[in-house]
Amino acid sequence: MANGTIAGQHPEEVSFYEYDGKRKGIMGWLLTLDHKRIGILYLIAMLGFFAVAVSMGVLMRLEMLTTGETIMKPQTYNSIFTLHGVIMIFLFIIPGIPAVFGNFLLPIQIGAKDVIFPRLNLLSWYLYIIGGLLAIISLFTGGGIMDTGWTFYVPYSIRTTTNVSLSVFAAFVLGFSSILTGLNFITTIHRMRCPGMTFFRMPLFVWGLYSTAWIQVLATPIVGITLVLVILERFFGIGVFDPNKGGDPLLYQHLFWIYSHPAVYIMILPAMGVVSDIIATFTKKDIFGYVPIALSSLAIAFVGYLVWGHHMFTSGISDTSRVIFSFLTFLVAIPTGVKVFNWVASLYKGSIDMRAPMLYVMAFIIVFSIGGLTGLVLGTLDTDIHLTDTYFVVAHFHYVMFGGMGLLFFASLHYWYPKMFGRMYNEKMAKFSCWVFVIGFNVLYFPMFIMGYLGMPRRYYDYLPEFAPYHIVATVGSWIMVLGMIFMFANLIRGLYNGPRATENPWDGTTLEWKVPSPPPLENFDKIPTVHYGPYHRDWEDDRNEVVKEKH
Amino acid sequence: MSHLNLSNTEEHIEREAQHEEVHLEHAEHDTGFGTYILVWLGLVGLTAITVTLSGISLGSLTIITALLIATIKTLLVANYFMHVKFDTTIFKVFIGVCIIIFLTMIVLTFFDLTFRNPLI
Repeated sequence: MANGTIAGQHPEEVSFYEYDGKRKGIMGWLLTLDHKRIGILYLIAMLGFFAVAVSMGVLMRLEMLTTGETIMKPQTYNSIFTLHGVIMIFLFIIPGIPAVFGNFLLPIQIGAKDVIFPRLNLLSWYLYIIGGLLAIISLFTGGGIMDTGWTFYVPYSIRTTTNVSLSVFAAFVLGFSSILTGLNFITTIHRMRCPGMTFFRMPLFVWGLYSTAWIQVLATPIVGITLVLVILERFFGIGVFDPNKGGDPLLYQHLFWIYSHPAVYIMILPAMGVVSDIIATFTKKDIFGYVPIALSSLAIAFVGYLVWGHHMFTSGISDTSRVIFSFLTFLVAIPTGVKVFNWVASLYKGSIDMRAPMLYVMAFIIVFSIGGLTGLVLGTLDTDIHLTDTYFVVAHFHYVMFGGMGLLFFASLHYWYPKMFGRMYNEKMAKFSCWVFVIGFNVLYFPMFIMGYLGMPRRYYDYLPEFAPYHIVATVGSWIMVLGMIFMFANLIRGLYNGPRATENPWDGTTLEWKVPSPPPLENFDKIPTVHYGPYHRDWEDDRNEVVKEKH
Repeated sequence: MSHLNLSNTEEHIEREAQHEEVHLEHAEHDTGFGTYILVWLGLVGLTAITVTLSGISLGSLTIITALLIATIKTLLVANYFMHVKFDTTIFKVFIGVCIIIFLTMIVLTFFDLTFRNPLI
C-alpha cells in the first residue's frame, strides 16, 4: 500500500481519549482542539438530533396509517414534517460525514497531526450546536413550530405566523459552521499533506471531502444571504420576494436551490469516498479507475452547481430554462455512473470479504442506483410535470439521501468504529441489523414510488381510500427499519463496553489511518510519514504484475 | 510492506517556510506605498466617473458601463490590496473557479428571467 506500515514502530503511546492535556474531564472535551475529539463531539450531537428526527418520521408514518386523524391534527402534522426535514437536512445529512468522519480521519489519512486551523474547527462545532439549539428554541417561542416545509418557500414563509424567523436564523448559523469546516478542509488538504502524498495518492475519501469543501465554501453563503432576506422581508417588508411589493418569489426559489441542490452533493460526495475506501479494503485490491473516480467527484461538484432549476420545472420558470436545466441534470448522471461502474468493476477478481461495512456498501450501490435513476425520471421535463410534488419525489429523495448518505454513514460508523473507539462490535449482529434495516427501508419507501406515480400528493395530511394499502405497508416498513437501527446502535453501544479490543488494522486496510494505533494517539503519528505509493496499493499486486509481464 | 519511511519532515517544513519568505519578500518588494496610493487614486477616479455617469442617460449602456467600471475596480482591489497579483498560481485558479461559477449562476438565472412568459 501506499503507505506501507508503521505497525510495531510506535512507542507505547496513550490514546487521545486518555491523554491528559491542560484541561480534564468535560472541559477537556468542550475546549479541545484535537480534530478527533471534535469529530466525536459532532458524532454525539448529531446522533441526538438524528434520533429526534427519526422519531418525528415515525410519528408522521403513524399518522398516515389510516385516513383522517390518527394521532395528530393537521397543523401538528405540518409542523412535524417541517421539523423532520429541517433537522435531518441541516443537522444530520449535510454535516454528517464531513463533520464526524472528515474531522476524525482527514488529517490522519493525509499524514498530518491535525487540521490546519484547530481553533476554527472547534468554533465550527460551537456554531453547529448554537444553530441546533436555536432550532430547538424556535419550537417553543414565537408563533409556534414552523410549518413551511424545510424549503421555506416564499410567499408562505413571509406570511405565516409561525416562528419562521428564528428557525431560518438557525439554518443561517449552521451555514457558517459548514463554511468554516469547508475552508478548514480545503486549506488542510493543500497545506498539510505529508511528504509524498500527492493529490493522486490521497485516499478517495479525501477527494470526496475536498470536492465537498468547495461546495460548502462557494454555495452556502448564497443560502445564508437568502435566508437573511426572508427575515428582513418578514420584519421590514423590503419586497425582494413578495409579489405584492414587486418582488419575485421565483427569485427565492432560484437562490434557495442554487445552494440546496449542491447541498445534495455535500451530502453524497464524501459518502461516495467512503464507498471507494471500503471497497478497496474488503476486496483486498486496488480500486479500479482511481483517477476517474477522483476526478468524477470534482465533476459532480462542478456540474452539481448548474442543475438547481430542475426543482422548479413546475414553478413557472421559462421554457428555455427548463430545457437547459433538464439537459444539465442528465449530465450529472455521467460522473455518477463513472463511479458506480468503477466500484462494480473493482469487485471483479477481488477477494471479497463481506463484513458489515461492505454489506452496507453493497446495499448502498443497489439502493442509490434506484434513487439515482428515478432522479432521471424527475429530471425529464414531461414526466416531472406528472410526478412533481407527489410521493414519487419523497421516495426518490429518501432513496438518494437516506439510502445514500444514511446507509454510508452507518457503513462509515462500522468501518471506522475500531479506529475511533478501539473496540470491535459483534459482526453477526451488525450484518443482521443491516439486513433488517435495508428490508425495512425498501418496505417503507418503495410503495411511495407507486403511490406517487398513481397521484398521491406529498405533504398531504389525508388521502383517498385507494392509497390506504400503500400507506399501511410503508408504515409497517418504518417499524422494521427503526428496529434495524435499534439493533445496530445497541450492538455498537454494547461493543463500546464489552467488545474485544481492536488491533491497529483489523480489516487489513491500506490507508494511513490503519497504520496508527486504535484509537490513535493525540498527534496521530510519532513522526510525519513519507508516502511512496497510491492509497490502495498492495505489494502482492506488484508481484502479480511481474508475473503477467513475464507471461507476455 | 515497508514502503513508508518515518522520515522527519522538519527539513521539508523549513524548505517550505524559506520558500514562503522569499515569496513574501518578493511581493513586498514589488509593491511600495507609491503603488498603493496610485491604485487608491485610480479607485477614487473610477468612483467619480461612476457617479458622473449616473446622471447621464446612456440607455441600455448605463448598466454595462457601471458594471465595467465596477469590474475594473474589483480587479484593482483584488490584485493590489489583496495581493492576488503576487500570489501563486493556485490562488489565481481558486479565484478563477469562483468567478466562473458565479457567472454561470447569473447567466442561468437570467435565462429564466429573460425568456419567462410575461403572462405567467
